[in-house]
Amino acid sequence: MIEVEDLKKHYGPVRALDGLNLNVEPGTVFGFLGPNGAGKTTTIRILTGLAHPTAGRAWVAGAAVGAAAGRAVAHRIGHLPEEPAFYPWMTPREFLDHVGRVFGLSASERAARTKELLDLVGLAEASKRRIGGFSRGMRQRLGLAQALVNRPEVLFLDEPVSALDPVGRKEVLELVGKLRGQCTVLMSTHILADVERVCDTIGIIARGKMVTEAKQEDLIARYAVPAFEVESVNGFGERINGWAETLRKMSWVKTVTVADQTARIIVNDVETAQRELLASAVQAGLVLTRYEMVKPSLEDVFLRLVGEGGPA
Amino acid sequence: MRIFFVALRKELIEQWRSYRLLIAAVILVIFGLLSPLTAKYTPQLMRLLPSGDEIAKLIPPPTAMDAVSQYVKNLSQFGVILALLMTMGVVAQEKDKGTAAMMLAKPMPRGVFLAAKFVALGLTFAASIAIAGAAGYYYTLLLFEALDVGRWLVLNALMLLFVLVYVALTLFCSTVTKSQVGAGGLAFGLLLVLAIPGSLPKVGEYLPGQLINWGAALMAGKADAYWPALWISLGLIVAALVGAWAVFAKQEL
Repeated sequence: MIEVEDLKKHYGPVRALDGLNLNVEPGTVFGFLGPNGAGKTTTIRILTGLAHPTAGRAWVAGAAVGAAAGRAVAHRIGHLPEEPAFYPWMTPREFLDHVGRVFGLSASERAARTKELLDLVGLAEASKRRIGGFSRGMRQRLGLAQALVNRPEVLFLDEPVSALDPVGRKEVLELVGKLRGQCTVLMSTHILADVERVCDTIGIIARGKMVTEAKQEDLIARYAVPAFEVESVNGFGERINGWAETLRKMSWVKTVTVADQTARIIVNDVETAQRELLASAVQAGLVLTRYEMVKPSLEDVFLRLVGEGGPA
Repeated sequence: MRIFFVALRKELIEQWRSYRLLIAAVILVIFGLLSPLTAKYTPQLMRLLPSGDEIAKLIPPPTAMDAVSQYVKNLSQFGVILALLMTMGVVAQEKDKGTAAMMLAKPMPRGVFLAAKFVALGLTFAASIAIAGAAGYYYTLLLFEALDVGRWLVLNALMLLFVLVYVALTLFCSTVTKSQVGAGGLAFGLLLVLAIPGSLPKVGEYLPGQLINWGAALMAGKADAYWPALWISLGLIVAALVGAWAVFAKQEL
């Protein structure tokens, strides 16, 4: 549904995009993850026709981006910029109606869609207030509503929850999750928890290049670190340090780090560790509050990949 | 065409809600009314000054033509000032605030976005000049005599065209820059570029300023026509709009 091939965007000597490749399957929620300045917004601006690539090609909903088909693409997409801007003299109802007119909806369609969207984003009560007096969170909700007016096939969301409080963030992410299967969503963010919560597939971008692109579970499995964490009750600091020394001599242990009452053990041989680690802790006289095989978080993967700065 | 009317509708509502239409109409109507009043009562006001009687004797009795020349001078000056002030932010501000990006990611062609702004401003000035013209005509009739309606309409049409030249040029400036102050400065520079050669006798005949002289001459019963100035003014409007569109089509938002 979205395909990007060797996309480049240079601003003088700055390479905002440096040969980006991307492929988003129809009906999925794609998390476009990267640190600030990685090229996420530039990519979205090119895909929505607001910026022009220096080189490379891209297709959205089967149509080439930036070509004469630009307007045809515009009919089929929705776009929420990072800081949505509105005409301050309009009310949300008037703005959504105006957007509906731009998309050629009939008067009855516009009225129904406006009401439906205002309810959906929780702005029904503020529908007659001037947008000029809205908070940033309200603007972001309205931004999401306007991006959905035309029931887009492809929805581009640039940091859609960055201005929202925790409740608003949860509601909007749930809403994005509900769009799965109805439309293809490309959601850029640098907040890993949001991606973990809602995205099927993840693309990590750094320095204008796609570092990796995979389904969330595949990504985590691929970068899984064979690690265990063992936490003892307070007052066992000396014993846990002594146990760590013992573990370091074991052939199946790679590294051991201790912080407060918790030991993190990275192993070479998971099966042996599963068999012997817990017994060893009991033998060392530790009273445990937690013992687990650590699953890597998306954050671990992200930091590792972005830190490396190149494809894994 | 449908999308043009959608954009135009929004622009016209904005003209109304932001009081731009009201401000333009009120300012131009005030000068439309004041022009015949000033022409009529200036000699009487002069008499109030020390040795004013002596000065007043030197001033010939006011005529309807004095009212017309006041009207032409006032409306052309304030029309241009309003054209600059009301147009300088229309594109630059939308680019700066992000509303242009918001709307142009939708099926709104950039040419339509610009054209709607020009037409909305054109209609605002047309309405304002029409009201000012009606007010000026009525007061001239009350204080002096009836003017030739046909010629008065032509004078106001020429005045509107003159103002639209500066609307189009300022719209171009607003498109090429990203701040309304920059657009205003650039437009003022262009105004000076047109004004300086406009004061030269041979060159001035071909420039938009001649439209004003043409209208005034028409009211004075002269048959002088300055068609080249009209064609060049229309050409400047078209060139400014096409230039703005060409630049805007390539701009990144």
